[in-house]
Amino acid sequence: MAFDFPHILSMSNLSREAMEFIFETTDRFREIAGRPIKKVPALRGKTVINLFFENSTRTRTSFEIAGKRLSADVINISKSASSASKGESLVDTAKNLEAMSPDILVVRHGSAGAPLLLSKMLKARIINAGDGAHEHPTQALLDLLTIRDHKKNIAGLHVAIVGDIAHSRVARSNMIALRTFGAKVTVVGPKSLIPQEIKSFGVGVSYDLAKCIDQFDVIMMLRIQNERLGLTPFPSLREYSNFYGLNLNLLKCAKPDVVIMHPGPVNRGVEVAPEVADAPYSLILDQVKNGVAVRMALLYLLGGGENL
Amino acid sequence: MNHYLIKNVRIFDPENHLDQVGDLRISDGVIAEIGQNLNANSKETQIDGQDKILFPGFVDLHTHLREPGFEYKESIATGTQAAAAGGFTTICCMANTEPVNDNAAITRYILEKAQAAAAIEVWPIGAITQGLAGEKLAEIGEMKSAGCVGISDDGMTVMNSELMRMGMDYAKGFEIPVITHSIDANLSRNGSMHEGQVSCELGLKGVPAEAEDIIVARDIYLSQLTGCHLHVAHVSTAGSVELIRQAKQKGLVVTGEAAPHHFTLTDEACREYATHAKMCPPLRSEEHRQAVIAGLSDGTLDVIATDHAPHATIDKEIEFDKAAFGITGLETAFALSYALVLEKKLSLADLLKKLTVNPLKVLAKKYMGIQKSAPANLALVDLNKQWKYQVSESFSKSRNSPFDGWDLQGQVLMTWYQGKRVFDRE
Amino acid sequence: MKKSRQILNEQELQALLQKLAAEISETEKTQGPFHLVGIHRRGVILAKRLLSLLEGPKRKLGSLDINLYRDDFAQSSTMPVLRETKIDFPVEKSRILLIDDVLFTGRTIRSALNAMMDLGRPQKVDLLVLVDRGGRELPIQADLVGLKLEVSDTENVAVRLKEIDKEEGVWLLGGNT
Repeated sequence: MAFDFPHILSMSNLSREAMEFIFETTDRFREIAGRPIKKVPALRGKTVINLFFENSTRTRTSFEIAGKRLSADVINISKSASSASKGESLVDTAKNLEAMSPDILVVRHGSAGAPLLLSKMLKARIINAGDGAHEHPTQALLDLLTIRDHKKNIAGLHVAIVGDIAHSRVARSNMIALRTFGAKVTVVGPKSLIPQEIKSFGVGVSYDLAKCIDQFDVIMMLRIQNERLGLTPFPSLREYSNFYGLNLNLLKCAKPDVVIMHPGPVNRGVEVAPEVADAPYSLILDQVKNGVAVRMALLYLLGGGENL
Repeated sequence: MNHYLIKNVRIFDPENHLDQVGDLRISDGVIAEIGQNLNANSKETQIDGQDKILFPGFVDLHTHLREPGFEYKESIATGTQAAAAGGFTTICCMANTEPVNDNAAITRYILEKAQAAAAIEVWPIGAITQGLAGEKLAEIGEMKSAGCVGISDDGMTVMNSELMRMGMDYAKGFEIPVITHSIDANLSRNGSMHEGQVSCELGLKGVPAEAEDIIVARDIYLSQLTGCHLHVAHVSTAGSVELIRQAKQKGLVVTGEAAPHHFTLTDEACREYATHAKMCPPLRSEEHRQAVIAGLSDGTLDVIATDHAPHATIDKEIEFDKAAFGITGLETAFALSYALVLEKKLSLADLLKKLTVNPLKVLAKKYMGIQKSAPANLALVDLNKQWKYQVSESFSKSRNSPFDGWDLQGQVLMTWYQGKRVFDRE
Repeated sequence: MKKSRQILNEQELQALLQKLAAEISETEKTQGPFHLVGIHRRGVILAKRLLSLLEGPKRKLGSLDINLYRDDFAQSSTMPVLRETKIDFPVEKSRILLIDDVLFTGRTIRSALNAMMDLGRPQKVDLLVLVDRGGRELPIQADLVGLKLEVSDTENVAVRLKEIDKEEGVWLLGGNT
């Protein structure tokens, strides 16, 4: 197939066929990570700007490594370095960057829809690296790839997404992607963190992790994002951890071949007990590894041709 | 030049028992003559009213003119010109200017500016609380004496129930209506659209319908407690329509208003993070939209008002959750409302009432309408005209309309205010 | 309509491969054995077939995708589909026979050499092509050539193999009659 998506903004734009194609391309880049010289000249002369209005180490680094392995010139701009801290509007910031002719902008922003807004106003290709509580498409792609590495078929799997569903862009992108591949999805968490309308994503809902943990093939734990919550919708981290944290005791009831995932960074002892995070069935580091390859694939696929 | 003879026009004012094809003469600021086969004299401009309809000029209870303080969004001159283009001859301007219209000096300033620059009648609405801060009552009595016709903290809700009770008691004593913007400030904190499936999918914090219902319910009880006339502005939820319906059945002095966008659009318009669909109260889901229409049909909602809220591109072409609330609405209000007549949800007479008689009733103002010797405040309309609304041609300083490029039916052709033709589409 | 003329049929192509296999063996007598690395897509198939025709010392088979090393990204509006680069033996100090179907401008071979160098430093790289059609834009020559053709710029040489095409043989496409 020809991959003719100008931007990667939301998983809802990507068909199963397109995702399969991304995975296939990713496989080529995984091979490169094993080489002595982990660099190819594919994006030589292209400029990738990582425009991060929110703090992020993992995703930003992952995109940076991906771009550099493709020989692109990668420039990182964080909120404090940009003029946003001086009151410049998002569109002005972006227009000023565009005057320097970047080919791809990787955007993380606290406002849902910010990457879409930029894609409408700028010529550069846009990759959404997380926008508010909306989506985080590259995370979903690397998550699905990681699941596929361990479970072959995604269709028919029962996947739990556990935690702060309301404020999670990782949950939204994963729900869409997993449903597209025919997985069964159940979101689990305190009711105050699960919007009623979440069912429109075609997922089941449970407020009791202990009761349903035996059903899942894959358990994705979400990070409790204290920085994003206003009034805390649960009484304390301790109580949250008691009911929705994953520990060895609870895992005894899970399927023997269950795998555990987490988009990171992990709040050890809150969402995931340290022994669980480090256990062989934990795929947390595989996720990180796949992250670089998926992002290489996307940068490669978007980097073709002249600026459109 | 202010002498006109409109020929062969359908003159429509059921309140004055008028629905006839005939001629109407405007002279010296008033309606001089209504009749058949009138002949134009030499100083009169003759206008062919064939297949057109002549309404009394519309009254908008809910306009933001932005002056003083936000003249980059709108001014009294541009806002009233946009109103004239929408067939309005009177508009009430909300208090959330800078400085806030919370004292007689600001009220007088607005009226003086209007005297000099407005195309039509401008009636200020004063604040309930000083600076709209919800902490201390504004000088309501003095504002009324200076010319305010109602009080409202529009844009904000007076969250302190005791203060709201004081305001309503006090306003009752001065026989001035209290117009409320009803959204629980805590329940809607950081919300930028209706809480529902669309907000869930877009990852935007929602404002539940109940945030409105709770405050409407409270204010209805306070109206019962104080006897003060409560006018609920821009009703957007099924819950508040029902609450107002019940209040009316109980015989309370409660009236309600709907804005054209709330009976035309739903939260689906917010998809793609369209900031021109961001307003407060937010566009709701289809069931709420239908409830608002039902409220207009059965008379629960007395008034159609625009909530014309102009904003500059720097306030709108930004991230959805940071964008300003509100849209322009004066120029599209009639056509969007007339759609309800075309859909048989309202009779033409009822529609006109909600744009003329009823808003005046809310303000306890006398209705003149179309009758001999009344001020010539008139709107000439082509009900069959199909047209496309182009926001680029708007008289407003701002361009924030979700109806840009919409195909509409029913177009205001000319507007007269006190005998002066203040708008002519030609 | 483009003119199309068949130059080799299936049997002739098979004979040509036999000849090339014999030449590989001959070369190896003096230089030692090669590992065979095909360039996607048809070079990979040719490498596989040649390997099956060869006897004697154990040779490894590899495949190379050169798309990440192309010098014409900017011209294409979408990026080419990537195929697997799979070389299971250490490239370092190995002797490699690079295999492709048609040698034309030399740019593919330039890319292939760069791609190869990123995997390690081979002792020696030789080049085998089924058809050399001339028209070089870079100073690159093949060591083993199945068929040499003089072809004008307006013409194209197409090698079709039944593993991925409907037919098998070599065709000359386009040009004047």
